[in-house]
Amino acid sequence: MNKIKNIDELGKIKTEIIKNLSPETPCIIISCGTCGQARGALKIVEAFRDAIKKLETIQELPIQLRITGCHGFCEVEPNIIIEPEGIFYVKLKPEDAEIIIKETIINKKIIDRLLYVDPVTGKKIAYKKDIPFYKYQNQLISGNNSLIDPTKIDDYIAIDGYKGLAKVLTDMSPEDVISEGKKSGLRGRGGAGFPTGLKWEICRASKGETKYVICNADEGDPGAYMDRSLLEGNPHSIIEGIIIGAYAIGAKEGIVYARNEYPLAVKNVGIAIEKAREYGFLGKNIFGTDFSFDIKIVKGAGAFVCGEETALIASIEGKRGEPQQRPPFPAQKGLWGKPTNINNVETWANVPVIINKGADLYSKIGIGRSKGTKIFSLVGKINNTGLVEVPMGIPLREIVYDIGGGIPKGKKFKAVQTGGPSGGCIPAELLDLPVDYDKLTEVGSIMGSGGMIVMDENTCMVDIAKYFLNFLRDESCGKCLSCREGLDRMYEILNDITEGHGTMEQLNLLEELAPVVKEASMCGLGQTASNPVLSTLRYFRDEYEAHIKSKKCPAGVCKALIEYSIDPEKCTGCTACVKACPQEAIIGEKKKPHKINQNECIKCGACKDICKFDAIKVE
Amino acid sequence: MITINLNKVDVKVEEGSTILETCKFYSIPIPTLCYHEGLSPGGACRLCIVEVGTPENFKVASSCTYPVREGLVVRTHTKRIIEIRKMLIELLVALCPSSKTIQDLASEYAVTHVRFKPKNKDCVLCGLCVRMCAEQMDAKAIGFVGRGINREITTAFDVKSDVCRTCGACMYICPTCQMRCQGPEPSGVLCNSCLNISYPCVDVHNQVMCYMDPCGACLLKESEEKKKVVSSK
Repeated sequence: MNKIKNIDELGKIKTEIIKNLSPETPCIIISCGTCGQARGALKIVEAFRDAIKKLETIQELPIQLRITGCHGFCEVEPNIIIEPEGIFYVKLKPEDAEIIIKETIINKKIIDRLLYVDPVTGKKIAYKKDIPFYKYQNQLISGNNSLIDPTKIDDYIAIDGYKGLAKVLTDMSPEDVISEGKKSGLRGRGGAGFPTGLKWEICRASKGETKYVICNADEGDPGAYMDRSLLEGNPHSIIEGIIIGAYAIGAKEGIVYARNEYPLAVKNVGIAIEKAREYGFLGKNIFGTDFSFDIKIVKGAGAFVCGEETALIASIEGKRGEPQQRPPFPAQKGLWGKPTNINNVETWANVPVIINKGADLYSKIGIGRSKGTKIFSLVGKINNTGLVEVPMGIPLREIVYDIGGGIPKGKKFKAVQTGGPSGGCIPAELLDLPVDYDKLTEVGSIMGSGGMIVMDENTCMVDIAKYFLNFLRDESCGKCLSCREGLDRMYEILNDITEGHGTMEQLNLLEELAPVVKEASMCGLGQTASNPVLSTLRYFRDEYEAHIKSKKCPAGVCKALIEYSIDPEKCTGCTACVKACPQEAIIGEKKKPHKINQNECIKCGACKDICKFDAIKVE
Repeated sequence: MITINLNKVDVKVEEGSTILETCKFYSIPIPTLCYHEGLSPGGACRLCIVEVGTPENFKVASSCTYPVREGLVVRTHTKRIIEIRKMLIELLVALCPSSKTIQDLASEYAVTHVRFKPKNKDCVLCGLCVRMCAEQMDAKAIGFVGRGINREITTAFDVKSDVCRTCGACMYICPTCQMRCQGPEPSGVLCNSCLNISYPCVDVHNQVMCYMDPCGACLLKESEEKKKVVSSK
């Protein structure tokens, strides 16, 4: 492969690639991100390959297979899309492959049993574009995942990949790029929401010959994986973004800092970097200009705190991943003491879109001071688990009910936790809140990197706060006294409350301590670590008080405060619970109401899960 | 020299110094635990925090690590800052009640109750010994291991270090190695003896010539007499 020298050559290559694609040929797109692979997507790929080989002996089959990254709808993995019709099959098994080829591709019939069933209406939906989960989204960034095989650079070039880079290098000065970035209103997608264009400008203005750009791919929030999905599914968009950013800042070297726990992401980015070098998008004199730039991958050991800019830099330098006091900011004195610009994966993926679409068009998406789209990972007690990309400012209700399909088993919505472990819980009263940076901050939460954990009525808010604090006290670097000791003491108090020996004095102490941790700690982790406690105290104080005053857990979660019992009216004596109980704590004769021996009961809930008559009460 | 606004007063400072150094130069008492003049700043104990910025838009930062720049506005003793420091001292006392340095801090800042269960640890992880070993002794025999609640200071792989010369500098600088003064044993974790001390006057029986002028005892007596006069009126 000869290196591409200018924008015309890129255009020629693109037309050649498109000529070889025949849009009429059926194409089976298999979602093979880490989430799909965990559900057996690789076996499905094998099955399709075998089926095609087998059937090819009978008749000619012009079928394409495209193995892509995650399509976002993780609830129904492994799923496939059959182009050109856009038929969407869910929860496949390897044995379905042959049937699909015979029925759907050769006989053009839709197989009813493999279709997606809408949990709200109960209807079956055949086409991807009609599924509410996709219909209400605006997949500006993540939508390309289903169009490209991440290991093939040609697929990316076919959808106008690297066109933005060519435009930037041939027609625009670095200042133009920065002003375009500022005009677009793009803000950092990693957590703090700092305006990206301004960040670039500060770094460009910093004195120094050597400058660095870093892609922060150290995604560590429990239940959040949008960065992983982008790295796995569309690594070239990130690389293109980084090159454009490097040109704007004047950097010659870039680093992708990814966690080692993302092996597929690291692999795909590695392949993408190799390919980009081969085509001349990385290396010396890109597109025949004076601009030279290259990227390398640094693997982190997976510490949550290393997502913080200064800790990330320390980690790359081979030091302990500990944050440093700012100023000096990384833009002034970053990696190896040189000006450094760090942006999150999703931010970088937005850059080519802005250049291609133009800042004016881009800034029309979104609301107020939050522009563009944001990918959220919608998880927890929700029907449609997955990655959703929505324009900023969309009401929370639309995400939870229209896209997410509501709460399973018809339970009541209680709260949604946004922004990862250091975000806050937003209660049902605020469901109509537009989701943007400023509104989320107002209600005591944060945008964070985009985690969204939905909780139903059976979730205890004290227990949730305790869970996140436990995560944070483990993941704090431990340098600041306020964060290390403060979080441990907060956890201690919450533990006392959930165990039933909390006092009102302790609750007051918790309210006094939480803001101190927030204010006195050095880095972003400590400064947001009390959010789970502060927001649950703000909206669910009654639950805390119920734990302390009446020693009851209203949601029936905290084991020390609940008791399982059998309703003699409802119990039919079927003995199902007797068999399920690991403690043999349930006694009673057949066809007569049973009883639970409280001394033996370990409150595991096995009896409640198995009872068909709803006879097990939790109080 | 540059000018910064320190507690509503414009003061001149040497460029390149930190806020804490400026405060020390102008005799503004800032409590510290992990700071030592001969070592690089740590920023770990957070006791030296100050407000940086205008009262409407400020942030709390550790003064030991914050470099001064022209026009910086700093407040060192606002109500909120003192509240935070008191809470931090409370955390410290509960963590390591046997340290004289920490007990003294508690008395100085009038921390009179500790609401946390005592942990009775020997180390507060201030990191002075780590920096002492690396920067002054050039040994780097000890360092931090683990993170969060599992953070501790030890030698590499927890075995006897080859580079340690057993010089004792780490013990010399440790704020918790110094034991509590040998006063009466306090009932709780807090000593606070210094708070309740009444100055003994050696001159009560007119047997010695007191050379102190004034002495705390006399001042105390004077103020008590004044109080009596006021209350009798």
